[in-house]
Amino acid sequence: MKVLVPVKRVIDYNVKARVKSDQTGVDLANVKMSMNPFCEIAVEEAVRLKEKGVATEVVAVSIGPQQAQETLRTALAMGADRAILVQSDQDLEPLAVAKVLQAIIGEESPDLVLMGKQAIDGDNNAVGQMLSALLDWPQATFASEVVVEGGKAKVTREVDGGLQTLEVNLPAIVTADLRLNEPRYASLPNIMKAKKKELAVKELGSLGVDTKPRLKVVKVTEPAKRSAGIKVETAGDLVTNLKTAGVL
Amino acid sequence: MAVLVVADHDNASLKDNTHKVVTAALAMSGDVDVLVASAKVGEIAAAAAKIAGVRKVLTAESAELGQGLAEAVGDLIVGLMGGYDAVLIPATAQGKNFSPRVAAKLDVAQISEVIEVVSADTFVRPIYAGNALETVQSADAKKVLTVRPTAFKAAADGGSAATESVPAPGAPAKVHFVDQKIVKSARPDLGAAKIVVSGGRAMGSAEEFQKVIEPLADKLGAAVGASRAAVDAGYAPNDYQVGQTGKVVAPELYIAIGISGAIQHLAGMKDSKVIVAINKDGDAPIFQVADFGLVSDYKTAVPELMAALEAAGK
Repeated sequence: MKVLVPVKRVIDYNVKARVKSDQTGVDLANVKMSMNPFCEIAVEEAVRLKEKGVATEVVAVSIGPQQAQETLRTALAMGADRAILVQSDQDLEPLAVAKVLQAIIGEESPDLVLMGKQAIDGDNNAVGQMLSALLDWPQATFASEVVVEGGKAKVTREVDGGLQTLEVNLPAIVTADLRLNEPRYASLPNIMKAKKKELAVKELGSLGVDTKPRLKVVKVTEPAKRSAGIKVETAGDLVTNLKTAGVL
Repeated sequence: MAVLVVADHDNASLKDNTHKVVTAALAMSGDVDVLVASAKVGEIAAAAAKIAGVRKVLTAESAELGQGLAEAVGDLIVGLMGGYDAVLIPATAQGKNFSPRVAAKLDVAQISEVIEVVSADTFVRPIYAGNALETVQSADAKKVLTVRPTAFKAAADGGSAATESVPAPGAPAKVHFVDQKIVKSARPDLGAAKIVVSGGRAMGSAEEFQKVIEPLADKLGAAVGASRAAVDAGYAPNDYQVGQTGKVVAPELYIAIGISGAIQHLAGMKDSKVIVAINKDGDAPIFQVADFGLVSDYKTAVPELMAALEAAGK
């Protein structure tokens, strides 16, 4: 069984995003970039499926600038077998990303697509579901457990207030939530090995996909800043203040 | 223009999120209909019909819709979109599950987690976990939005809309519902609670976390949250996590205990109305966003707070 894992290079989750003064976006110059945390979980799950003997090949794919090769090398160091970069300096909207992945899936024919539920930059939480709709493959989002058996995936999902279990026929799209696993750190020998693994680069234009943006970004602004309030001396003062504020 | 709002419910009753999304819809158009897709629409639809400003309530009933299968709910909405210019979906786990399918099938963008309606085609949404706000304008013929309910006031009751039943789509062929376990907790849901009490790494152990945080939460009728550091250390389960990679909450009152205030935690709670920080380190970044700070070891502060609440009749 072949597993395809899309991964995204994003601002590191420990770095505070700063809005550019001209309100055109977020300043990413000289900012630490890492693999999106939910993508890391998806890679980990795919590698575990391979270690269990369920998956035979794990292919990581990323759409992004040349530097996204580093993100793919991280996926390879974690245990993916090979990688594909669809190179583009354009910042694609989720619908365009889904269409590009659809084209890659047409070439690769995976049995399972395992991906993060959301990227922590655009925070859209949309690509997996869109891809499922475009391909007419079943979807199981926000997975906290995945069991693959007999051409099906049994997926436990995080839903409002609890858990739901679905069984989807393969090929399918599964998106990873936080509780699915704890991603490993790549060991030094594996980082060295990853440098020798295959990483194919394709130009976005070569796929013939319409990636025109549908939304015009009018402006990007900083949210209203919270100012520090007051320090209280005792728990009793705290309760009095909270009553005055009308929240108790 | 006509706008469709998809109702949030638990198959038994209508949730308040629906009223909030109706408010967002009314900012776009006066022609707002509500869709109730459920295993049993009766009481949910009756409650939706009472929301002031709603023109009509559409109902569709099937087992798959009740199970919230994205394929079923998505197909239902896509089939109705001939009559609408926009669909507004609550940004709940359930809403986010099917909404992008609708956008993809209509070949339009999804505008996610809208927190402000500027005009019928221009919206504000948080990006980078709320560290930036993006204003976007959509040129798409039909608009698909998920709406963050905590950002809108609930529309009042007082309407009496007509109800109309629409056919439910057939069962999806490639996905089968196995089961669902909804946790029956006495505590409110973290995402919807009016008060949240969160603990951090300072707790030191899972036992201490339970001993300190949970009784205070129960006294206040609050939900329990945790920082990622506390979750990573195994003091609290992962679904308690408040932050960029966990849940984003905006309660009336957020009480952070022994939490230093890492960026990724602040991203998940800084839209709370009132923030209280209890931390023995007076320089902890959490105090920079707290309305009320108490510089004290939680070991003494929390019992004192419990006693003060008791004295105040809580």
